[in-house]
Amino acid sequence: MEKKNDFVVRFAGEGGQGFLTAAVGFATANNQAGYHTQTFATFPSQIMGGPTWMQARISTSPVLSRGDDLDVLVTFNRENYDLHKDEVKDGGVIIYDSEAFQLEDDSKSLGVPFDRLGKSTGNPRAANMVVMGTLAGLVDMPQETLQEFNRKRFSRYGDKVVQANGKALDLGREAAKASGFRLGQLNDPVRPEYDQIMLNGNDAICLGAAAVGVEFFIGYPISPATTILVWMENNLVGSGKFAYQASSEIESITSAIGAGYAGKKAMTATAGPGFSLMSEGIGLAWMAEIPVVIAAVQRGGPATGLPTKTEQSDLLMALNPAHGDVRLPVIAPGTVEECFYAAVQAFNWAERYQGPVILLSEHALSERQQNIRKPDLSSLTVENRRVYTGGNGYQRYDGFELSPMPIPGTPGSYVANASEHDGMGDTTHLPQRHIQMTERRFSKLKLLEDGVYESDGTDSAVALMPWGGSKGPAFDAYRQLAQSGVDIGWYYTMYLNPLPPALLEELRAKELVLVPELNYLGQFSSVLRSLGVRAESITQYTGLPFKVGDLVRIVSERIGVRKGEGVAV
Amino acid sequence: MTDKNPEYDFKWCPGCGDFGVRRALEQAVERRMVETEIPIENTVVVAGIGCSGNMVHLLEGPQPYGFHGLHGRTLPVSMGVKMGNPDLNVVVVAGDGDFLSIGMEHIAPQAQRNLNVACVIMDNAVYGLTKGQSSPTAEYGMVTSSTPYGKPEDGLNALRMYLTSGVSFVASAISSKIKDLSGLIYEAMEHPGFAVVHVQSPCTTYHNTYEQLKGNARKGIAPLAWDIPDDHDPEDLGAAFEIANSGGVPLGVLLRDEGRAPFEARIEEMARSAKSKTLEQMVESYAV
Repeated sequence: MEKKNDFVVRFAGEGGQGFLTAAVGFATANNQAGYHTQTFATFPSQIMGGPTWMQARISTSPVLSRGDDLDVLVTFNRENYDLHKDEVKDGGVIIYDSEAFQLEDDSKSLGVPFDRLGKSTGNPRAANMVVMGTLAGLVDMPQETLQEFNRKRFSRYGDKVVQANGKALDLGREAAKASGFRLGQLNDPVRPEYDQIMLNGNDAICLGAAAVGVEFFIGYPISPATTILVWMENNLVGSGKFAYQASSEIESITSAIGAGYAGKKAMTATAGPGFSLMSEGIGLAWMAEIPVVIAAVQRGGPATGLPTKTEQSDLLMALNPAHGDVRLPVIAPGTVEECFYAAVQAFNWAERYQGPVILLSEHALSERQQNIRKPDLSSLTVENRRVYTGGNGYQRYDGFELSPMPIPGTPGSYVANASEHDGMGDTTHLPQRHIQMTERRFSKLKLLEDGVYESDGTDSAVALMPWGGSKGPAFDAYRQLAQSGVDIGWYYTMYLNPLPPALLEELRAKELVLVPELNYLGQFSSVLRSLGVRAESITQYTGLPFKVGDLVRIVSERIGVRKGEGVAV
Repeated sequence: MTDKNPEYDFKWCPGCGDFGVRRALEQAVERRMVETEIPIENTVVVAGIGCSGNMVHLLEGPQPYGFHGLHGRTLPVSMGVKMGNPDLNVVVVAGDGDFLSIGMEHIAPQAQRNLNVACVIMDNAVYGLTKGQSSPTAEYGMVTSSTPYGKPEDGLNALRMYLTSGVSFVASAISSKIKDLSGLIYEAMEHPGFAVVHVQSPCTTYHNTYEQLKGNARKGIAPLAWDIPDDHDPEDLGAAFEIANSGGVPLGVLLRDEGRAPFEARIEEMARSAKSKTLEQMVESYAV
């Protein structure tokens, strides 16, 4: 049987059955063995129950997307079998709990009584380990890989649990062997030479914020940003540090601004509805020129929308979150690794230009567990704000450009004012002042034009340019298209505003820039068009990330259409 | 327009109660400088939106830091400033519309935290800056531009609300008694916790209540304001409620509860039991 480089397994059942642990556990075990992994989860907005699924992709090379089709579907009930069976590829296997329901033998289905076998080991929660053993059997994974994971993960619960789990892994493997099903062995992993960590996007944002010196965090629970609040409450402790659950998002943003004014590196994190509530506050930070980082983790839809699904529909709001003339700096990471560096740079930008910065993440990144290169903390650039050190009588807002910021407690008293103001911060209505201050606020964005970008195949007249979390599937699609001889280029940056000027110049020279994005309006392409780029969106609004195959098909079709119009490709 | 800021074109109307509050605040802040020898830049005045919020631009004498933010959001801004740097002396100035209507949601949470800031609330029962609409403290039936047939709600008993919410220092004053008010503001700044000095500060244009507050014997008008008796024990919450329920405008300190730790001390206490990790340990906790 041919060896495999890539393996995708999906666990589908009711929330609360604990199989999310199995998916993450299976990914972790393989990661420990040297494989690259990525998980993807989607679930309804409730504590327990409802159709939930999570998949893990295991590969010998870095994983960019969740995997379109399944090698294995593990299903815990009939409903989920019906829902997911069509996504299993030819030659794939469906594992199901043969005591929960019965499937007619369709040469694809492998019934294993996970629950009974799990309980027989003495650990009532070992059913997941049975499933993992069965998976290992199907791909001929060394049993030691899973046993090693079992020891590392469960030794803190005592030897009894480790022993029971070990037995469950063996029982699962035996069941696979007895069935005769095989998927083909996974090729040996190519262990990266660098150190790795495995984490989700929200944790990566938190680590990045910690690395750049966040001192003040305040947030309100909201999916899918809550885990940032929880992480901060656990880790941002000690002298001079403050992490706190506010009573609302309005309180979060205005407090974070108060702390930024008091000299702290301050941050809040939220999602859709909370982001809307922060509108006025973000305008205040822009107006009074106060550094603050707002992590907005996108979910689906307007209003309450789809709290636990993924979408990229808050870009226009991130750029213009408040009334009046504002244009916020926006950094949108596209991978778990970028979440770390986006957080670092969001703080650097906020401190550098003395204003609010939007760190725009999304649900798919927040829930994804992925192995990444361990950040080299010694090589990080950490920027601090320009602080005023003179005497009293300072006009902080004098002139058309950034000026040093006084910190309360030291000389240089001024008024941070949400109303239009003069050099000292006192309210004014004079036309020339409004002109000066408006131009001053916008001029500071020039300080942020140091963003970097990726490019490939730059000679092509047509380019693919996703943003945010659509990067992974789009890059997989780009590689497939390029390999099959399609003349197309690749551009990507997480610095969405301001865009790196050299990137914008390159994009303006293209006949067509295709922008895959998860929203109805085609938000980023509309921004690019406003900047003089011939851009078109490839949109999807299902609450799920793109599939690579869909992108390959749609891009091919679009380029075909352009050919028909006589555009050189 | 003042000498200090020639472009600033805002003015309080002649006789506005806020003039008295301003003088009292200036005195309290200067007294703090003299008595503690802490320079003026240690004080931050966080102002709300409305006539009273303009206080922050109109203060004469040594200039504290100022924050003139959003309507209703003085308290969360002040929380960020205070918890960002607990060494600062943070004073909130806001009107009854700002503090008790749009900003009402922030009072109880700060009271439970015992946020260590002093609030000076100027109550004139109307929205002056938008030309005289009714506010939460306006009485039932009061005719204003937004209640042409009379206000349909009951007037808010702000003092009782503060006590119920758990504000740990509650005082009541009128703007014309500057010396007394200045003393109360000073006490509020020194109080280790959440302090509110609620000041009757009449609007001479839309709701002039000077005569009602002080009384006019010639016209047979009994004064609304009355001194809290010397034998009142401000540590007695029950007695404080009795005063708040007595009607009129009591003058003095209703409640002074120094037994509850201020917010910054609570956070410090929690942090003591926390296991703080180095950055390297945080990264290492995700090692494969």
